[in-house]
Amino acid sequence: MSNSKSHHTRLNPLKFAMWIGMGSIMMMFASLTSAYLVRRAGGNWLEFSIPTVFYYSTLVLLVSSLCLHVGYSSYKKRNIPLYQGGLIAAFVLGCVFLVLQYQGWNELFSIGVDLKGNPSGSFLYVITGIHGLHILGGLAALVVSIINAFTLKKFTEKRKTNFELTLQYWHFVDILWVYLLVFLLMSR
Amino acid sequence: MASIITYDEKKLIKEDGFDDHFHEHHHGDKYQTGFIFKYIFSMDHKIIARQFLITGMIWAIIGAAMSIVFRLQLGFPEESLAWLKPILGRWILLNEETGIGTLDPQFYYALVTMHGTIIVFFVLTAGLSGTFSNLLIPLQVGARDMASPFLNMLSYWFFFLAGAVMMYSLFLNTGPFSGGWTGYPPLSALPQASSGSAGGMTLWLVSLVLFVVSVLLGGINYITTILNLRTKGMSLWKMPLTIWAFFVTAIIGLLSFPVLASGFFLLMFDRGLGTSFYLSDIFIAGQALDYVGGSPILYQHLFWFLGHPEVYIIILPAMGIVSEVLSVHARKPVFGYKAMVYSILAIAFLSFIVWAHHMFMSGVNPFLSNFFVIFTLIIAVPSAVKVFNWITTLWGGQIRLNSAMLFAIGFISLFVSGGLTGIFLGNSAIDIQMHDTYFVVAHFHIVMGVAAMFGMFAGIYHWFPKMFGRFMNETLGKIHFWMTIIGAYAIFWPMHYLGMAGVPRRYYRFDSFEAFEQFTAMNQFITIAAIITFGASILFVVNFFYSMNYGKKQKVRNPYGANTLEWTTPIEAGHGNWEGKIPSVHRWPYDYGKDGNEFIPQYVPLTEEEKLEESH
Repeated sequence: MSNSKSHHTRLNPLKFAMWIGMGSIMMMFASLTSAYLVRRAGGNWLEFSIPTVFYYSTLVLLVSSLCLHVGYSSYKKRNIPLYQGGLIAAFVLGCVFLVLQYQGWNELFSIGVDLKGNPSGSFLYVITGIHGLHILGGLAALVVSIINAFTLKKFTEKRKTNFELTLQYWHFVDILWVYLLVFLLMSR
Repeated sequence: MASIITYDEKKLIKEDGFDDHFHEHHHGDKYQTGFIFKYIFSMDHKIIARQFLITGMIWAIIGAAMSIVFRLQLGFPEESLAWLKPILGRWILLNEETGIGTLDPQFYYALVTMHGTIIVFFVLTAGLSGTFSNLLIPLQVGARDMASPFLNMLSYWFFFLAGAVMMYSLFLNTGPFSGGWTGYPPLSALPQASSGSAGGMTLWLVSLVLFVVSVLLGGINYITTILNLRTKGMSLWKMPLTIWAFFVTAIIGLLSFPVLASGFFLLMFDRGLGTSFYLSDIFIAGQALDYVGGSPILYQHLFWFLGHPEVYIIILPAMGIVSEVLSVHARKPVFGYKAMVYSILAIAFLSFIVWAHHMFMSGVNPFLSNFFVIFTLIIAVPSAVKVFNWITTLWGGQIRLNSAMLFAIGFISLFVSGGLTGIFLGNSAIDIQMHDTYFVVAHFHIVMGVAAMFGMFAGIYHWFPKMFGRFMNETLGKIHFWMTIIGAYAIFWPMHYLGMAGVPRRYYRFDSFEAFEQFTAMNQFITIAAIITFGASILFVVNFFYSMNYGKKQKVRNPYGANTLEWTTPIEAGHGNWEGKIPSVHRWPYDYGKDGNEFIPQYVPLTEEEKLEESH
């Protein structure tokens, strides 16, 4: 009920809900990464290096987050072209990220790391895959934001909140990926 | 200093209440018009609560009926079950010559598995926490609705979808999943391992992933509503214990269910895509499979990291409900309110570091087991604090022995008897003898199965007027209570002896084991008790639906003389709960029998004397 503002609320309830949701997504990846560690400690673990494409994809995703932030500050300044441009750039770069991740998978496959086979490879596919699904969710939210950017005329409080929710989530999946990459690099 | 406080509820709320300008907005349309949006795709938390309750009740009847079928098999393995053929179809194997029908052993396993899954997830998680969190959180914290009514609606429909998928799996050719409610690999990971592990297991996984989504959407809403939408003056330390319990339950759920989801994802990959997370060196029918390098223990870790918190997800809402019901009907403040809150928090914290006590016999390092033994036994401390406080709440109270109160007292009894056997099972040494026997079955059925059901019954009898504007029939309620508590003990008490003698759980029949032959009469006794107890539950269902339409009408807003805010709304509360302003809160919810006042609701301002006392 975003329109009945509570008197002692500092944070919008929906944004707060988003924080909690992010916490539970974090738990999911925490369990996957700890399963990774437990299984790795068990021995019989294939070692291989992370595909280099993943570094580029990380960069792309960070730039995408930056673009979205530029879009958001332009929205606040009512700079419409930059607002719309930032959103589209963020969306396109998000798609590029997914393509690069897929390239990473191909690279892995070409050096003989299959989804089947040693769990060390399976874990990498599953962790990056489930993260990719979360990116896909973010892209869907971005599509809604883009449609809003081109169709809505009024600058309402509700519209701003919705945009901020998208922003919050997109930064989150970005940081989540950085965590996963650092984790994968550290634990080998 | 005794002083009788007088106040006029309507006038007080009008003058002192909190004005959120709710009724100046136009959002009646979205919620109220048309049957479909009012009763089916409703976003009103009170309707969603009732949807959760009635769906939960349907599942409870199905789950309990399943237990009757397998209890018939265990108690009377020689009797013909041909009369069940019209319902169970090909799962009853009919002997052409004699006409004797026997239960298909494969289906026996499916029944046990489905009974567990349905009761744990659909009845005691969704039906209990879903119902009462939805009903009471906005009403007791003084909110118009949940933080996001839309997500709340989605939460119910994901639960419904999960149920539909599970229901569909019951009608598959290969039958529903039959590898136990824990779904351990390799049995669950290999479709060729048993007929239940084929399509039934796939649907089981799909259903439970949908269920996780439902729990997460609900939990996000509960936490946000409690932290952000409390009315003026409702500080955390003025919240009723029900709200504290739902709050902590939702936090546990949000932290543990995603872990279950990851465990399930890895299982899905093993099943469908040929990975070996949980599988290694397996032979089926003499043939070696090419899975290498997995560990089935990994699944157990992920499963029980949810699985243990899950039992607190089940029992904490019941504890909250019982605390509230006891206080209201004993006309006494809850003894040790803060100790109650801290013990809820302690239980929640401990619930995350004890999961491996389910795995003592799975090949976990015995030195690691010591750690889990210690923390498991420590849970007894906050649990004992709660039991002590409930009993002292009752002590010297002017007890109204109505159905709600009886079930709340019954809860304490069951929680004590079931909790004590937990201390046995928490020891890894004793667990060598006890694990996977009927002792375990008796323990968890009493402490979290029946006890949580009692909490739920207490809540239903107590808040029935809040949901339907009528009271449930008290005479039927009391018959229901006495039949159920005697029946429950008659079912589960003897199982302790079975377990001590080493009778293993999940076996199809025992008459071919010489060591267990002495228990034939006991098994028959348990089965008869189960049938009678099931009859009591049918009585409850009849009472429920009869009272919904023909029960004694609720005439006053606050029929029990309770302090909490839900009793300040109109009897037939519309969307938004309060007609005018939301009452603002000045005191904790347990001012019963204070200074000669029978009860002082939360919205009544402190008197000058009380202010003086508080400042000291």
